[in-house]
Amino acid sequence: MSVLSVRDLRITYHTTAGGVPAVRGVDLEIDRGEVVGLAGESGCGKSTIAAAILRLLPAKTRIEGEISLNGEDVLEMKPGHLRTVRWTGASIIFQGAMHALNPVKRVGDQIAEAITTHHQAGEREALVRVGQLLEQVGLPPRRIADYPHELSGGQKQRVMIAMALACNPNLIIADEPTTALDVMVQAQVLALLKELQRELGLAMLFITHDLSVLVEVSDRLAIMYAGQIVEDGPAQDVFYRPAHPYTKALAGAFPEIGDQRFRRKPSGLGGDPPDPQRIPSGCPFHPRCPVAFDSCPTVEPRLFASGEGRRAACLLVEGALTGVRKDES
Amino acid sequence: MALKPPIAPSGEPRRAASGVPEEPLGPISSPRRIAWVRRRRALGRFWSEYRHNKMGIAGIGILLFFVGMALFATFVANPQSVDPSYVSGPVRHAPTLRFPLGTDNFGISVLSLIVAGSKISLLVGLTASVITMLIGAVVGIVAGYRGGAVDTLLMRITDFGLVLPWLALAIVLASIMGPSLTTIILVIGLTSWPGTARLVRAQVLSIRERPYIERSRALGAGDGHMIIHHVLPNAMPVILANAVLVVAIAILSETSLSFLGLGDPLTVSWGSIIENAFAGGATTLGAWWWIVAPGVCIVLVVMSFTFIGFALDEIINPRLRER
Repeated sequence: MSVLSVRDLRITYHTTAGGVPAVRGVDLEIDRGEVVGLAGESGCGKSTIAAAILRLLPAKTRIEGEISLNGEDVLEMKPGHLRTVRWTGASIIFQGAMHALNPVKRVGDQIAEAITTHHQAGEREALVRVGQLLEQVGLPPRRIADYPHELSGGQKQRVMIAMALACNPNLIIADEPTTALDVMVQAQVLALLKELQRELGLAMLFITHDLSVLVEVSDRLAIMYAGQIVEDGPAQDVFYRPAHPYTKALAGAFPEIGDQRFRRKPSGLGGDPPDPQRIPSGCPFHPRCPVAFDSCPTVEPRLFASGEGRRAACLLVEGALTGVRKDES
Repeated sequence: MALKPPIAPSGEPRRAASGVPEEPLGPISSPRRIAWVRRRRALGRFWSEYRHNKMGIAGIGILLFFVGMALFATFVANPQSVDPSYVSGPVRHAPTLRFPLGTDNFGISVLSLIVAGSKISLLVGLTASVITMLIGAVVGIVAGYRGGAVDTLLMRITDFGLVLPWLALAIVLASIMGPSLTTIILVIGLTSWPGTARLVRAQVLSIRERPYIERSRALGAGDGHMIIHHVLPNAMPVILANAVLVVAIAILSETSLSFLGLGDPLTVSWGSIIENAFAGGATTLGAWWWIVAPGVCIVLVVMSFTFIGFALDEIINPRLRER
């Protein structure tokens, strides 16, 4: 049974200017011990999905579809049950650890908060557990009595990871856990996450805009654009042999050091992500797509099989529209 | 787990404000003990900073003097010294050696009156501001945290309280409830909370949006937990700094109400001394000591609280720190 299964998820934010569709029909599946990377530009709906899994979105947001966490539908849960599922079923490593910690409380107490909130232990046992957790994330247990300002950015992120592990959840959602950290610390935190994940057999949803990070940690990759998944498949395949032009552009944005091909031609992607309230017709990527052709603005591509265990939402994928472009190429 | 910490635990001793390195915490004993040691040290650091704040020291000094006076009035002073039926001094006499601050129209020593009045003034000031802070903090936190219709409703009530002329409201309330010490305290407490509520609400609005609140909600925490463990501790500096200033205002309010004759006629407070002096013709008879002495005391106490408030603000608020 999969730890997380998302079916046709549609999320519409409520604003005074009308509904803003942030997620438009996303399917996602994460099995035990699997790391799924979710990538895309800012505003493509990555973090919205993360918040929806624990139902942390504003009350007026419309959520349709199905989110099943450990076999239970999150969207159908009653408030009391939802609160017990939060953190015990799935926990979140928030982006920007420096702000996700309360500045006036000791980090030990804040980790213990997760344990005592769910009555998993009394205060005394909770502190013992916090000490173990800190050791597990590579911090000396005496840091238990430190305030957040006494820790460095990397140490704070370790505290956040310890906190995410506190209630032994099956799923950890890492929402840009390495942004705002310098590259060295980033590598350390990633290595730690990967090691913990392997050791504890955790399922993990890893969200970031940094594809190079994702390739390192994830088993599978899902690329999002304008609230939809445009390509998914095994991480290495997707990154090194992208099928969708958007994935190509994302992957191309990370030059390989020493590779002559990247020396003269820094590649990037022009334009901006579309306004969620005015998503282009047909394939939402067509205005920015370097290989768009006349069918793109009219036909909305679904996810076509593009290889073994791979799918891509592009009309150019082999066999998607037989004969449309074949003779030209 | 065999993971070695890639980040070396920082071993350098933290420096106290005075620049003297503190001895390291030593081997870990228990978190509780470390917390206790740190708390004591934090207090020490706070005091060493407070000590260099001239305003703060002046405020504390003046306040301690009057607190001592109030304690003396409660436990040592003879209550008969301010009872007109027991005293037999010269009436409205200018300061002499026997009566350092002169006498009033019953021949009671003004010094005795001031000592007796200090108790009431401080008591009213402190209890009234406790009521003010409680109502103000609860209204402010609920309004700011809940938002929406609750916020609108509470803030309209607060606005209503703010625009009502305070003195008129206080006079009406005091005359309905009858003159007594409790009335004075309640009237001050019930009329001066709107400012505090606004201040607290503004702070809570900004705390509510901070990521650790979302983190706590994701942890499965309820509203009560989040208010007590995250919102309140972060709003506390604002509430406390405001409380000190509210005490000053409450003491002034007590004086105003007593001066207007709305206080308890049977107890002596600094306001009631001035009221008696006024009614007893001190101004026309030139009995300056009768008015000046309690007036100076009021000014000093109010000033001491204001000084302490400023000093605390300067130490707690990092933007005001001169570093």
